[in-house]
Amino acid sequence: MKTLYDKLWEAHVVHAESDKPDSTVLLYIDRHLVHEVTSPQAFEGLKLAGRKPWRTRSILAVADHNVPTTNRKNGISDPTSQLQIETLDQNCDELGITEFKMNDLRQGIVHVIGPEQGATLPGMTVVCGDSHTSTHGAFACLAFGIGTSEVEHVLATQCLVAKKSKSMQVLVEGVLGKGVTAKDIALNIIGKIGTAGGTGYAIEFAGNAIRSLSMEGRMTLCNMAIEAGARAGMIAVDDTTIDYIKGRPFAPKGQMWESAVNYWRTLKSDEGAVFDCVVTVNAAEISPQVTWGTSPEMVTSIEGSVPDPESIFDLSKRNDVESALKYMGIKPNTPIQAIYLDKIFIGSCTNSRIEDLREAASILKGKRIADNIKLAIVVPGSGLVKSQAEQEGLDQIFRAAGFEWREPGCSMCLAMNDDKLLPGERCASTSNRNFEGRQGPGGRTHLVSPAMAAAAAVAGHFVDVRLIH
Amino acid sequence: MKKFTDCDGLAVPLDRSNVDTDAIIPKQFLKSIKRSGFGQNLFDEWRFLDTGEPGKENLHRKLNPDFVLNFPRYQGARILVTRDNFGCGSSREHAPWALQDYGFEVIIAPSFADIFFNNCFKIGLLPIVLDSKVVEKLIAQIQATEGYRLAINLEAQTVTTPTKECYHFDVDSFRKHCLINGLDEIGLTLQHTDKIKLFEQKRQSEQPWLFI
Repeated sequence: MKTLYDKLWEAHVVHAESDKPDSTVLLYIDRHLVHEVTSPQAFEGLKLAGRKPWRTRSILAVADHNVPTTNRKNGISDPTSQLQIETLDQNCDELGITEFKMNDLRQGIVHVIGPEQGATLPGMTVVCGDSHTSTHGAFACLAFGIGTSEVEHVLATQCLVAKKSKSMQVLVEGVLGKGVTAKDIALNIIGKIGTAGGTGYAIEFAGNAIRSLSMEGRMTLCNMAIEAGARAGMIAVDDTTIDYIKGRPFAPKGQMWESAVNYWRTLKSDEGAVFDCVVTVNAAEISPQVTWGTSPEMVTSIEGSVPDPESIFDLSKRNDVESALKYMGIKPNTPIQAIYLDKIFIGSCTNSRIEDLREAASILKGKRIADNIKLAIVVPGSGLVKSQAEQEGLDQIFRAAGFEWREPGCSMCLAMNDDKLLPGERCASTSNRNFEGRQGPGGRTHLVSPAMAAAAAVAGHFVDVRLIH
Repeated sequence: MKKFTDCDGLAVPLDRSNVDTDAIIPKQFLKSIKRSGFGQNLFDEWRFLDTGEPGKENLHRKLNPDFVLNFPRYQGARILVTRDNFGCGSSREHAPWALQDYGFEVIIAPSFADIFFNNCFKIGLLPIVLDSKVVEKLIAQIQATEGYRLAINLEAQTVTTPTKECYHFDVDSFRKHCLINGLDEIGLTLQHTDKIKLFEQKRQSEQPWLFI
């Protein structure tokens, strides 16, 4: 009886130091995704050591963190961002690595374009110098983020030195309420187990509520596994997975497709497989979630209020809540619905896929953003998502509602480009991290689903999207 | 990689949990294509009262006198003692680079985020997990005693306090071996080149779609 994680792990062990289950192993890497921020030092190290990439065709590169989301034709105004992107372009050109350059229609956030191109396939090990690589686990991949030294290691050897994690099953059963999304499941789970709850584990999400999710929803959920501390999140293969992959540019075709599908269908945990830890969640009990603090675990439902540090017994926790509320500029016991916003950001590798944009647009149709909203932006996850949305007329809905319709990239999720919050500004964001300064120094982030962000844009403060649906 | 065998140094307490990599090194400094120079912007938003930008000279910036790293008594600290889930968030190796470049050689906490923990070993920065009660005690002692030093011995896997209390810590034997000898992990892996090639050939024949 094996878990999906056992199967993926065992299929990639090139060499084990010992027979023990916790042995250090050399793990073979099938797909290496590369972006401009965490790769320049790795390419430089490779060059200095006189080494070449082991398997160039395993690499797919794209610039996403630094790219501007407006006026791309004019180039990049920030010279340091420009140098970083040019460095990636040069490294890829020199080494013959496939790269989608900034003005390529296929350019976008690395975790959006991998699956979109079919470069992420079930059964793969997928790594990238980015913690949100867990996203690709939605395709029954073993996918996790690595540091720059490891990027260099994978470039040089096609392997990583690794140790197996413990396994956790998060079982989500029941039917999600209308207007409640994968993002709400993710935030709810993080609220339950904490941002370190998954540390040392690889999480498999299972249960009928997960089976009912689209691939976009599954990617959102696996994307946030890292916010629960787990390096990897994964979901077994089913028809939804296979239907999504079929016909994508990097996906196999013809006879090879048939063989691949036969293998992919084995990528699920065996009946009766034992996990080191099981967490159960009732989908029907999940309400739309809103974070109120500076860690994704500082979250409550739209019906809730922010906590009162006075009522927290644990001194260290009380200090954390006090300092979070101080940073966020919110008084204890404030109802979530009484929190007013300055900016709205719909985007990021968590929520910038076509389904996310459809959801947000369905709330915004025929409405306008509130007067107190200074800026509302939609940043599609890729050029292809953008063009699909335009074909469906979603851009018109966003624009008519007062949103700006931008070019694809990471944008205000981490504010490495010009899209950022000013000190003290408060934002409803569909991204993944509400850390201090994440969206700009002094900026205040509340994480929500695209539907909740859209509803908040119209009301000017958080509202229960279920009442609009 | 930088060798690590032992460290006898001044300790500084960072008394908060869930310190994320955005706090350790804010994103605007990640635009550098170099591996060095990140120490001057370590904990930038906490250490300085103004907003830091790449290329801005620290000499002309106002330090935050309330942030612990700025206290005169902790200048020259080489050991950071902190709380749970240190290094959570992004995979940026710039975070351990910044800590090391600033002068830290050891980070002690009850728990670390996985990727950060892993990244530290790759550059010769030692993350040590100690029981939360021990960390609690260490933080209190450091705060109470000016000039408080800790002695770390990687070979013996011990942390020793000035009053000779000695705490054992666990470390993976392979990682310990690499740290003590300052080994190049890529070089080690490439000793298995034949095995990797063989594995790859088998994989290609069984799952050719992975190689298109």
